[in-house]
Amino acid sequence: MTPDLSKATVDLSLLDETLESFARQGQTALLPALHAAQDIYGYLPKPVAAAISNRLHVPLADVYGVIDFYAMFYKEPVGRQIVLVCGDPACSIKGSAYVLEKLCETLDIEEGEMTPDGDWTVERVPCLGLCEHAPAVLVNDVALSRVDPQDHDSIMGMKAPQARSIVDGDIRILTKNCGAAEPTRIDAYLSGGGYEALTKALKEMTPVEVVEEIKASGLVGRGGAAFPTGVKWEGAANAAGDEKYVICNADESEPGTFKDRVLLEDDPHSTLEGMIISGYAIGAGKGYLYIRGEYQRATVILAEAISEAEKAGYLGENLMDSGFSFEIELRRGAGAYICGEETALFESIEGKRGFPRIKPPFPTTHGLFGKPTVINNVETICNVPVVLNTTAIGYRSLGTENSPGPKLFCLSGDVARPGLYEVPFGVTLRHVLDDLAGGVTGGELQGMLFGGAAGAFATAEHLDTKMTFEDLREVGLPLGSGVVMVFNEKRDIRRVLEELAMFFADESCGKCYPCQIGTQRQHEVLTRIVAGNVRAGDSEILTDIGWTMTDASLCGLGQTAATAVLSAMETWPDLFSENGAGD
Amino acid sequence: MTSEVTLTIDGQEITVPTGTTILQAAEQLDKDIPTICYHEHTSSFGLCRLCVVEVEGARVLLASCVAQVGNDMVVNTRNERVERSRRTILEMLDSAVDLSEAPEIQEQLSDYAANASRFGEVKKRAMPVIDDNPMFIRDYSQCVLCWRCVQVCADDAQFTFAINFSGRGFETSIDTFFNQSLTDSTCVFCGQCVGVCPTGALKPKREHLLEQGHTPDEIMQLTRTKRRKKKRRQERPYQTG
Repeated sequence: MTPDLSKATVDLSLLDETLESFARQGQTALLPALHAAQDIYGYLPKPVAAAISNRLHVPLADVYGVIDFYAMFYKEPVGRQIVLVCGDPACSIKGSAYVLEKLCETLDIEEGEMTPDGDWTVERVPCLGLCEHAPAVLVNDVALSRVDPQDHDSIMGMKAPQARSIVDGDIRILTKNCGAAEPTRIDAYLSGGGYEALTKALKEMTPVEVVEEIKASGLVGRGGAAFPTGVKWEGAANAAGDEKYVICNADESEPGTFKDRVLLEDDPHSTLEGMIISGYAIGAGKGYLYIRGEYQRATVILAEAISEAEKAGYLGENLMDSGFSFEIELRRGAGAYICGEETALFESIEGKRGFPRIKPPFPTTHGLFGKPTVINNVETICNVPVVLNTTAIGYRSLGTENSPGPKLFCLSGDVARPGLYEVPFGVTLRHVLDDLAGGVTGGELQGMLFGGAAGAFATAEHLDTKMTFEDLREVGLPLGSGVVMVFNEKRDIRRVLEELAMFFADESCGKCYPCQIGTQRQHEVLTRIVAGNVRAGDSEILTDIGWTMTDASLCGLGQTAATAVLSAMETWPDLFSENGAGD
Repeated sequence: MTSEVTLTIDGQEITVPTGTTILQAAEQLDKDIPTICYHEHTSSFGLCRLCVVEVEGARVLLASCVAQVGNDMVVNTRNERVERSRRTILEMLDSAVDLSEAPEIQEQLSDYAANASRFGEVKKRAMPVIDDNPMFIRDYSQCVLCWRCVQVCADDAQFTFAINFSGRGFETSIDTFFNQSLTDSTCVFCGQCVGVCPTGALKPKREHLLEQGHTPDEIMQLTRTKRRKKKRRQERPYQTG
């Protein structure tokens, strides 16, 4: 039921029941309360925001600051149907700008506008995490795959095929339960050996032994920073205090990255099991699963999985008579890439703008609510049951000495078979690109954006590089979040850079000066260059902005916002000269 | 654990208590590390990054206003790498914000030979002056987002919480609840935000009117009505009650 908002007043009574449950929690319930209110009213009118401020005891100005920080919270009325068109480079090279243009033309509105009848709003968004389905569109939270710009009826009528995971690879360990187009329910998960790792941990191992096993496995974080998982756990386990938290970082929003979406949609229990084991290992009673706002399908699937796990006795009090109790709260983001930065994610759960904190202190001692916290990426967490099931020694039999285990790669762009591929560490880039993803389409290989939007460019000369941390480091490529976004020789790399720059300008939180202004200036210069207006000092300006952001920014977003640009300038030195490459 | 730390700053050895920031230690050696957002009496968040220094072994430059000293740390407060970051930050700030009434930043611009014009025609954070109360005006085209006003309005001093932020990234601005007038907000006009503002973004109303060329008599006239109105509004409850 959508209330009639044509009247000048807003019926606040509709909100009473919702706020009742959030009021006790205070500020930490701010994002959930805003989501709930927006579900009722369609947007967040001033009186609604004031009511939330009042009940949650959060200052008015702070509530407004939060609303205006997150892209998915609306201060003004929006259409009953919202179409989000992805604008990341993978979707862009497949014609997303044309999709957007045709939709706006059909509805006779500008991008970001609402039709006069209040039915439709069309927006361009930085990345939907559907890169293997390019050009992808989200209509009322339903993800549509490879839409046809000419066929707006199939988009607006949601008749285009819905995006389902595309999974393959040399091995299927992490993706064992993925690729069936439907989520793996608890019965199927259990019959495939699910929750056996948790049972083993609770019945046969002490928390210290679990930490030791993870350390011995050599597992490192898969979100991009590659920090040793066991060391992180040990830090939090040893930190003083009884109140500790485990967080699953499912705020996957980096252009080119969609691995976590696949794991969460297809195999939700794997993530839950990993989180529960992690909680047991560090002595946490509560876990938060923070998922990006655009992943609504995964959110629904996870909510069902949590309820299944509760009923089956894998979540709750005194699990398997071990004395260990654990609960998981699902939290939705609201359109802010920066909340994938661990400390910004804490702020978001605490009900604040997603501003990253200064480190040190580190999360293992001062994390969520200032308590010792372990925060891991979805893929990292999904490795945890694998380690316990196969033991650290078994786990290390896969991959290389310094890069053990399985790894997921997200192939998108100009490849025959875009999708998620699971391989053991140590295969070559050529193997993933040609043998698994079917090779480059539309011409010869020009380059690959490797590691993510914050990654670097690989070219044909890197094809025989082994995909391991050590081999990639040697050639200066970051593994990042496992992105391989492929561009054929016909693509204008400068346009790709301009789109990446727009992403960072859109997603900068604005806290520190280098990133707040640098992402804007970087985008402006690249926009001008793409328009054909190249000036003599451009390379120098981009180098200065780039190194200043890299060297002086407060957090990882700013520190990597220029990585792709600096890497491209090194790979193609003539890129920004007046008769540069890319045509 | 010793309670003192010995480190080297620009080749000079110094011993300071544990927990001292690099900035504080450097000040003891009379090092001139530029800062914008830093204020002795407000929380430090390491926003402007102008105070970055190079610490040997660290991957990135560190904001000296928040980074604490460590034993055997080797700090360079000004070298080519540090200068590039400081100069570029100053250039970018100058290209975005009206710094004409920020004399300290003007000095820094010249010290680091910052040349904002090299960016060409770029977006500025220009916006009209907000004149919504009898006490002070808000000219956010001069705002450098040092956060001091937000902090003193919140838990650094006044606990009034009248202002916070709107937007994000380059579009970030200091704002009230849904952009409401300060007189409709929880603002108590304590004036502390005006006191800590490092630029001309927050300015007493009379100073603003003087700059506009009004005579003191005119200013009395211009602000009198508002003062009376405010007084009447405050008195009303007592009259009717």
